[in-house]
Amino acid sequence: MMTGWAPGVESPAALGSLLDRRAYLADEGLATACFLALRMGRPLFLEGEAGVGKTELAKTLAAVLEVPLIRLQCHEGLDASQALYDWDFPRQILHLKAAESAGAGDVAELEAELYDRRFLIARPLLRALETECVLLVDEIDRADDEFEAFLLEVLSDFSISVPELGTIRARTPPAVVITSNRTREVHDALKRRCLYHWLDHPSYEREVEIIRRRLPAASERLAGRVARAVRALRTEDLLKPPGVAETLDWTEALLALGARDLDPAAAALTLGAVLKHREDQDRIRRSLGALLAPSPNGS
Amino acid sequence: MRDFVETAVGFARTLRAAGVAADPERAHTLMAALEHLDVLDARDVYWAGRVTLCSRRDDLAVYDRVFAAYFGGERAGPARRPPARVTVTRRVAEPGPGGAGGRRERPVASTASRAEVLRRRDVSRLTAAERDQVNRMIALLAAGRAERPSRRLRPARRGRPDPARTVREALRRGGEITAVRRRAPGSRARRAVLIVDVSGSMAPYADALLRLAHAVVRREPRATEVFTVGTRLTRITGELRTRDPDAAMAAASAAIPDWSGGTRLGEELKEFLDAFGQRGTARGAFVVIASDGWERGDTARLSREMARLSRLAYRVIWVNPHKGHAGYEPLTAGMRAALPHVDHFVAGHSLAAYEELAEVLAGGEPPGGARGSTSRRGRSGLVG
Repeated sequence: MMTGWAPGVESPAALGSLLDRRAYLADEGLATACFLALRMGRPLFLEGEAGVGKTELAKTLAAVLEVPLIRLQCHEGLDASQALYDWDFPRQILHLKAAESAGAGDVAELEAELYDRRFLIARPLLRALETECVLLVDEIDRADDEFEAFLLEVLSDFSISVPELGTIRARTPPAVVITSNRTREVHDALKRRCLYHWLDHPSYEREVEIIRRRLPAASERLAGRVARAVRALRTEDLLKPPGVAETLDWTEALLALGARDLDPAAAALTLGAVLKHREDQDRIRRSLGALLAPSPNGS
Repeated sequence: MRDFVETAVGFARTLRAAGVAADPERAHTLMAALEHLDVLDARDVYWAGRVTLCSRRDDLAVYDRVFAAYFGGERAGPARRPPARVTVTRRVAEPGPGGAGGRRERPVASTASRAEVLRRRDVSRLTAAERDQVNRMIALLAAGRAERPSRRLRPARRGRPDPARTVREALRRGGEITAVRRRAPGSRARRAVLIVDVSGSMAPYADALLRLAHAVVRREPRATEVFTVGTRLTRITGELRTRDPDAAMAAASAAIPDWSGGTRLGEELKEFLDAFGQRGTARGAFVVIASDGWERGDTARLSREMARLSRLAYRVIWVNPHKGHAGYEPLTAGMRAALPHVDHFVAGHSLAAYEELAEVLAGGEPPGGARGSTSRRGRSGLVG
């Protein structure tokens, strides 16, 4: 039925280097997970702390596959008319009135016209079935559990049935990435359809590499100091430990101030880019000197 | 080398025995995945197994262990769970019937008034028969459902126009719009989080409190979370979803590793907030903490975490069984640290007290307002 994505990509490592070329550094596990998801036509279920690059992965994947990214941001109360499709009621009424004044006769024919594809507004899930794309279902745990049920339906055979119109089936099933921040347990039936991957914070070397790739203006030294400081912050038992997104924000803030190095003065000025709770800032501000002190094994 | 299908299936089975939900369907997915990879490469097999057989973060450590054991040549031991501890109820000698005079038998009370007496009795001082009856009454305790506005729109008499229903109606009448249909936000159950202290000093009440938790879970399974604290935090929501109260209790006791140990309330609370609460479990929820406040750890930490909890939760309710006893004063250091951040401080020693708690969970006020002068600053006015 499906041929799978990226037939030219031979191995996880090859996919990894394609992602790498788009400045997304994936480790072996993530590359394998993505490779399998594309090959097997299965959604990739990504969990991990906020800011480890879950959403970014979907964007990069779309760039690598050279297809658009369609994003469905989940929220409470998300329902079928916002996620799947909706009828364009004003246009239906207009059409009806126009037909009436033109003196159209056949009621059955008129009704069939009203439920035509052109009066159907495609929301993200339907749009994803109608185009070749990467579909990102972001923060699924925010949606109600009823929503999972119809997402599961869409993902199991990549089709949507519209009662008035019939079944719309994807010619090419989209590559699907689902992310969750684990605020609640997602239903097992949905997870079973997916390949599961837990995305961790990157290692020190990888994080330095990420900073250098994303922000070429940052020197090796600055990138190293920032990565080290962020690693230290992550062990500090904060309300919100910084993710990669914060690492990049922080480096960018330092660059904007023209800082060449991460000294306590520059760090204090830019702390808001990396710590976003007042309690966390208060705590760290007091121990900033110790935190930034170069470690004995050099930096 | 063994046949690869046999190996994959055997691996999934071993993983299942170790507590990971690696069902046959997932084993099948693993085999499909291996078709795309190098079966002889240990790294490929490791990652293929990990993405197909695991489904939550907690699985990963077990997976690593089982993978090493299985492909390292030895079978992983199956036993992970500690032996089940079914009963926590402690029988305390029943106080003799009052008025020790020459009466040979107690007057036969009507069922209703006996039930009334039982409602007020301390659950730690019941006979086995009375306990059975109280347990049945707890199971029947119908906590009303507290609601909060939902974002989902439902048909309503007034509200915003509902184009879908209006047009459908119009089409049925040949295109004539006779009435505008409307819709308005509906309501959903407000989440309740129950945190039950199962340390030694709470042992006489833990069973009844967990049964109460079961009753709440049964009523709103999707909007209730239950945790136990002692020396560690355990999530037992899944165990309590079992319909039968006794079976649910057995499952929960098997899952709780730290019955009757000490209490490190502050640390546990922090763990709860880090792992669940701040992500969303506690946000806008009723959070009920059932504990006597015997904190063995640092009370400054408890105070800090309670402050954090009170900023996240909709209402914080503290249930202390000792509060029902005459002359009780919140003197333990833990209790004193926690009280400034608590909205309602209620007793938790008798069925009547549980009924009051159910009332509060349904969005009502406990009788006598926020009892015990513990209404949180500035919040009391909000309670409707």
